[in-house]
Amino acid sequence: MLAVKTNKPIILTEEIQNKIREVMEQYPDGKSKSALLPILHIVQDENSGWLSVEAMDKVAELLNLRSIEVYEVATFYSMYNLKPVGRFLLEVCHTGPCAIRKGEWLIDYLKKKLRINVGETTADGLFTLKTVECLGACGYAPMMQVGEYYYEFLETPEKVDKLLDDFRMKGFNKN
Amino acid sequence: MGKKILLEHINKPGIKSYEVYRQNGGYNSVEKALKELKPADIVEEVKKSGLRGRGGAGFPAGMKWSFIDKKSGNPRYLVCNADESEPGTFKDRYLMEFIPHLLIEGMITSCIALESNLGFIYIRGEYKWIKKILEQAIAEARAAGWLGHNILGTGYSLDLIVHPGAGAYICGEETALLESLEGKRGNPRMKPPFPAVKGLYGNPTVVNNVETIASIPWIINNGGDAYSKIGIGRSTGTKLISACGNINKPGVYEIELGLPVDEFLNSEEYCGGIKDGKMLKAVVAGGSSVPILPAELFYKTKKGEPRLMSYESLSDGGFESGTMLGSGGFIVYDEDQCIVRNTWNFSRFYHHESCGQCSPCREGTGWMEKVLHNLESGHGKISDIDLLWDIQKKIDGNTICPLGDAAAWPVASAIRHFREEFEWHVDHAQEAQKRNYGLLKSTKEYFAAPVL
Repeated sequence: MLAVKTNKPIILTEEIQNKIREVMEQYPDGKSKSALLPILHIVQDENSGWLSVEAMDKVAELLNLRSIEVYEVATFYSMYNLKPVGRFLLEVCHTGPCAIRKGEWLIDYLKKKLRINVGETTADGLFTLKTVECLGACGYAPMMQVGEYYYEFLETPEKVDKLLDDFRMKGFNKN
Repeated sequence: MGKKILLEHINKPGIKSYEVYRQNGGYNSVEKALKELKPADIVEEVKKSGLRGRGGAGFPAGMKWSFIDKKSGNPRYLVCNADESEPGTFKDRYLMEFIPHLLIEGMITSCIALESNLGFIYIRGEYKWIKKILEQAIAEARAAGWLGHNILGTGYSLDLIVHPGAGAYICGEETALLESLEGKRGNPRMKPPFPAVKGLYGNPTVVNNVETIASIPWIINNGGDAYSKIGIGRSTGTKLISACGNINKPGVYEIELGLPVDEFLNSEEYCGGIKDGKMLKAVVAGGSSVPILPAELFYKTKKGEPRLMSYESLSDGGFESGTMLGSGGFIVYDEDQCIVRNTWNFSRFYHHESCGQCSPCREGTGWMEKVLHNLESGHGKISDIDLLWDIQKKIDGNTICPLGDAAAWPVASAIRHFREEFEWHVDHAQEAQKRNYGLLKSTKEYFAAPVL
């Protein structure tokens, strides 16, 4: 399996545990496995944006599933990161409609600017560059998703630089 | 201005909020559905409206509803497919983001028709902020008494759950979506049994697209007959089109079905023409899966009739010379775009998104991607074009779900209509690395003597 073991147990705060319980209780009796996808999202967000083996085992325990049931799901969906990622995961769309509106330029520019290849993380741990398939923003290309939001019409170096600077500021403020 | 049904109130300040939405007649259809109509009457109105599934397949919505098994006595579910991920399509996002209560109202009214007490909105995981918007809209609707226990004192109870996906195009296929909603990998199921008999948790389930469900309130308020008078022929009502590519005004437009494609592409009201005054090369009219058409076949059918934005007109000529309305993902290519590169790009997409259950799709999409990559990067052979044709034919129709077909059609249509460009990539391999082929000979002739 591609997943990474850290040998660090996952500890979830009371607040997160309550949130997880709430999600599980939404579904009909006996169907709490339905909560697997949303709970993987919650745990991934709590675990610096990725799912270690320990994180997935924790989810299995919470939902009373076998670990393999969690692994097979986590490896199927592209939003679950099975390796550590930078503080800001830049997910750039490279599918057709974006590609014909400077989507490929945006990827090249980010590679040069951040001096990393697709799939890599900057040495300061701030940025990871990832290409993704269609995010449903075709009319607003070129674009990328970072965390919760979409950043669209990134067609000039100035716009991209400004955005990266904003993220850097946020990154430092958090420290 | 064409008739607006879904976006009638979209420009009203604050329409996102419950108060403004309600002031503009919002939730009236729920009241009517609960107090004046029987569930069977609602289904009847939807049947009369001629509304067809807006996700891409275009199956009559009322008929789909009428298949739901009410005899078994098992719980019934309505699942809204908000897993919008067909390249070129971003219309559902627009509806949910800017007029979320329309979907919630549609969900409630539709659940009443199906006599269901639990509905789900399966939204693609990437639309994180929209999930929050929907959850807030649901909370507002619940606070106002449109959801929860004993709605409007009628004894009817309903809950809605917003469920996030996690990045998988395949989950837009309804049975893969149900698997995913059950907490599993998104592997499509064999049909039959259809979801209307055995769907979510093995219970009768209807899966409808966001736009389909959002059309229900208007139909219930105004009647199925009124809806059926909008549009053209069997393409009744309005359709959201998400327009993108090399046009002046990309965005989401509501059109009355039957609008001439020329008007949609070139008028100021819609796309505003090709960007930078370039020539039109090709159009993918309904999302990446539907056949790509060169400009001349896009504007006019083989028979020489002006093409219209309707299910029938776009598919006129079958796959030989026509395409499909599909999801309404409208992608425009100008003279500078490379069809080989675009076809390679789409093949990579389908290879990435194949769930891997069926060999023809799992293996075939990968082969097509590789062969197309060879052609695009100057290492192709003429025989590769026939090889691609052979692979796509072996995928088409030979898989559990339509992803295989969706992967095969863009390749087949690109070769069918743009073969000369593929051959040029082989014969002029070095030149093809430096410049694009430009317009087809037939397109140049067409524009030299326009008959529009």
